[in-house]
Amino acid sequence: MRHIMAKSLAPSDGVRDYLAAQEKKSLLRFLTCGSVDDGKSTLIGRLLSDTKQIFEDQLAALERDSRKHGTTGDDIDFALLVDGLEAEREQGITIDVAYRFFATPKRKFIVADTPGHEQYTRNMATGASTADLAIVLIDARQGVLRQTRRHSIIASLLGIRHIVLAVNKIDLVGFDQAVFDRIVEDYGQFSRSLGFQTIVPIPMSARYGDNVTGRSDKMQWYSGPSLIEHLETVSVDEAAVELPFRFPVQYVNRPNLDFRGFAGTIASGSVAPGDEVVVAKSGKSSRVKRIVSHGGDLAQAAAGQAVTLVLDDEVEISRGNMLVSPAARPQVADQFAANLVWFDEHALLPGRSYILRTETDQTSATVTDLKYRINVNDFAHEAAKSLEMNEVGICNISTRTPIAFDPFAENRTTGAFILIDRISNATVGAGMILHSLRRAENIHWQSLDVGKRVRADMKNQRPAVFWFTGLSGSGKSTIANLFEKKLFATGRHTYILDGDNVRHGLNRDLGFTDADRVENIRRVAEVARLMADAGLIVIVSFISPFSAERRMARELMADGEFVEVFVDTPFEECARRDPKGLYARALNGEIKNFTGVDSPYEVPEKPEIHLKTLGKSAEEMVDTLEHWLNERDIAEDQYDSGGGI
Amino acid sequence: MTTALTHLQRLEAESIHIFREVAAAFAKPVMLYSVGKDSSVLMHLAMKAFYPAKPPFPFLHVDTTWKFREMIAFRDQMAQKLGFDLLVHVNEDGVRDNINPFDHGSNTHTHVMKTVALRQALDKYGFDAAFGGARRDEEKSRAKERIFSFRNAQHVWDPKNQRPEMWKIFNTRIASGESIRVFPLSNWTELDIWQYILQEDIPIVPLYFAKERPVVERDGMLILRDDERMKLRPGEVVENRLVRFRTLGCYPLTGAIESDAETLEAIVGEMLTARTSERQGRLIDRDEAGSMEKKKREGYF
Repeated sequence: MRHIMAKSLAPSDGVRDYLAAQEKKSLLRFLTCGSVDDGKSTLIGRLLSDTKQIFEDQLAALERDSRKHGTTGDDIDFALLVDGLEAEREQGITIDVAYRFFATPKRKFIVADTPGHEQYTRNMATGASTADLAIVLIDARQGVLRQTRRHSIIASLLGIRHIVLAVNKIDLVGFDQAVFDRIVEDYGQFSRSLGFQTIVPIPMSARYGDNVTGRSDKMQWYSGPSLIEHLETVSVDEAAVELPFRFPVQYVNRPNLDFRGFAGTIASGSVAPGDEVVVAKSGKSSRVKRIVSHGGDLAQAAAGQAVTLVLDDEVEISRGNMLVSPAARPQVADQFAANLVWFDEHALLPGRSYILRTETDQTSATVTDLKYRINVNDFAHEAAKSLEMNEVGICNISTRTPIAFDPFAENRTTGAFILIDRISNATVGAGMILHSLRRAENIHWQSLDVGKRVRADMKNQRPAVFWFTGLSGSGKSTIANLFEKKLFATGRHTYILDGDNVRHGLNRDLGFTDADRVENIRRVAEVARLMADAGLIVIVSFISPFSAERRMARELMADGEFVEVFVDTPFEECARRDPKGLYARALNGEIKNFTGVDSPYEVPEKPEIHLKTLGKSAEEMVDTLEHWLNERDIAEDQYDSGGGI
Repeated sequence: MTTALTHLQRLEAESIHIFREVAAAFAKPVMLYSVGKDSSVLMHLAMKAFYPAKPPFPFLHVDTTWKFREMIAFRDQMAQKLGFDLLVHVNEDGVRDNINPFDHGSNTHTHVMKTVALRQALDKYGFDAAFGGARRDEEKSRAKERIFSFRNAQHVWDPKNQRPEMWKIFNTRIASGESIRVFPLSNWTELDIWQYILQEDIPIVPLYFAKERPVVERDGMLILRDDERMKLRPGEVVENRLVRFRTLGCYPLTGAIESDAETLEAIVGEMLTARTSERQGRLIDRDEAGSMEKKKREGYF
């Protein structure tokens, strides 16, 4: 291609006027979704092309690509404009969301082209989370499919209130009104409970452009708007500025001792100097002194603006807290109910500890109760013990520290959160808060006069939880028994919690699925904590194969109290010993979910004590443990007496 | 009551939010400064985000040693004027091997002097987050990338397995050695960039404005002969022509366009009638299909 002779046009005044007009245009963010091959990428290609957003060199590249990868014969394959990844072009599918930009004389648009395959639902959710409108595409020959329903449910959960039902490929059913009417009827039935404010059905052919930018002359029976006409005029105003003031504190700006500003983006409402504001978590109140900006202080600021607030007095506020209107405060709780969409190939396990993040806050959280899963076909509420990838459910969540929030239905910014896996750091789920659970406020901790320290002192010892983890048959129980005997002989007060024994009583309702294993560990960890609180030295002997649960147990205990003991015996040796004959049966397939055989064991990365048992006696192991305990107690005694108590 | 924000106000707020999120969540961020117009906007936004403080991170320029001389002069002038901490990194191995765009081609040159150099610099200082000025409207693999884009310890981008990115809630968690590339200008278009430069009166390298410059026509592009290292091929002549640049990179790989746009208004006016994309003047994008994605996976910005 040749360099081009560009001609600068228009006197500069003309350009300034033009730009001023551009600035006044509103913005609509929307996504295209629906099932595979319903023509999402083709539609966006058509929109970009018909609104003159494609440059000559891009068109030339597109023609080349169409010959190589295209699926439309000699015609240009518009899908190749948005399927920007090599893997996508080669496979002819959309894997991840693409963001494209276009404008018409009336409005600016950001469109997210999202994948239809079920396996990439999380990428569809990513595109939907920032959109105000969804174009749900349907292949006129196929009608409403499972993915049409799943995407509609997710769009609804994520707060989208406006739908365009694009009945595409209408040319392939002879522009037949009856087909169109039937699909519109089906979708209307299905989506009745999804709370959409508008559903605008449009018959179209994205490939040939019918009813995309201009009205088609092939469907005299259709009198509604073309897609672009509708997108240009639909009102999606959420008016976040009308809601109560919410300012999640993102960053504390403190360049010197004379300046302390709270930086963040106003989530809703507005603020002006002199306004009273309340710190959500502490309830302390103050007044806004200045709204600082690079171009000078502002007289007011509103939802969507990223500002820095300076307050009248020194109140304690850090990232994750929120400055709010005193008249309408958010909820502050550590237990709440939420809708959850699961993204990860490892299922959600109730009881497992995840990182929970809101826009600026972070804490650890567990799902305490999975109430039900939603069947995307018929909305049935199904009982479930876990959520698999791409499933949607309602659950109760418990956080380690309280967070400030509003119900998602009232505020899309302050009512949302994501869950992150502690080990892989993957974003595993997205949540929309429904309401707080009163439980958190009603159960206060009983403050007791006789404390843990006193109970332990009476026994002349320091509490500890020795957590033995290792494969079945690695020698945990043998070593634990001998260790307890030794401690008993030196006058220590102890208790052993043994995996097998606990399963006969407290945990006899639990099986061996991943979800049950997590709950098994959670209960035992809680019991161990109570016993440590009573001043005991607790020895827990559990396979406990998952590091996430061992970490959860660790976090329950006071600092220095949790002692992870890795009883490290190679798999072959355990299988050879096989004291209970279990390995033989598991290897024969008679026992399912057996750790080390068909269920994983995650090796501890940094155990306090690592016992390599091969070639050593149980007595030697116990010596190591006792030595460790004595060292710790000596260290703590020194610390205490040095502390001036 | 305030009326709704304008388009540029919305974009500005989003970018500032992203800057602050990184400053709050990462231990050692850095801003990649490539001296072009997008970097100028990025720098301006960083100054705004932390005002009255300075941006709490250094700026890094990966110098391929083949940048236009005017870019280097502009870079040093800006660093002095704004008082930011400027780090310059050159791949000394590449210099020793005399890697250059003429003998080794754009692919090898870009890989060694830019991609590898960038990885060296990130490893050397141990940065855990790096801001870049890439925009989604530039190129179709960029249209697919997250605002917070995860890189493993080898700086590799896995486009088929990106983290979901919901609302404005960014997952900033990484393990040791891993990093995040952050793109505050993801949702800006080329037109937005120019409008913003005009509105905020942001300084840019003079090469963007039309002027008589000594150019050579080569492979269908107009190359500015910025120094003697560019040898003329038989039949080639250096002519003074009225040209300007729409994007800036290494001078032997960046084509000029003939233009008489000497003011920002004229540049915007020209843009509005442009029939080709800005990357059309970049030789590196044309080597092979999907070449940007390939470079990005290897660690290019």
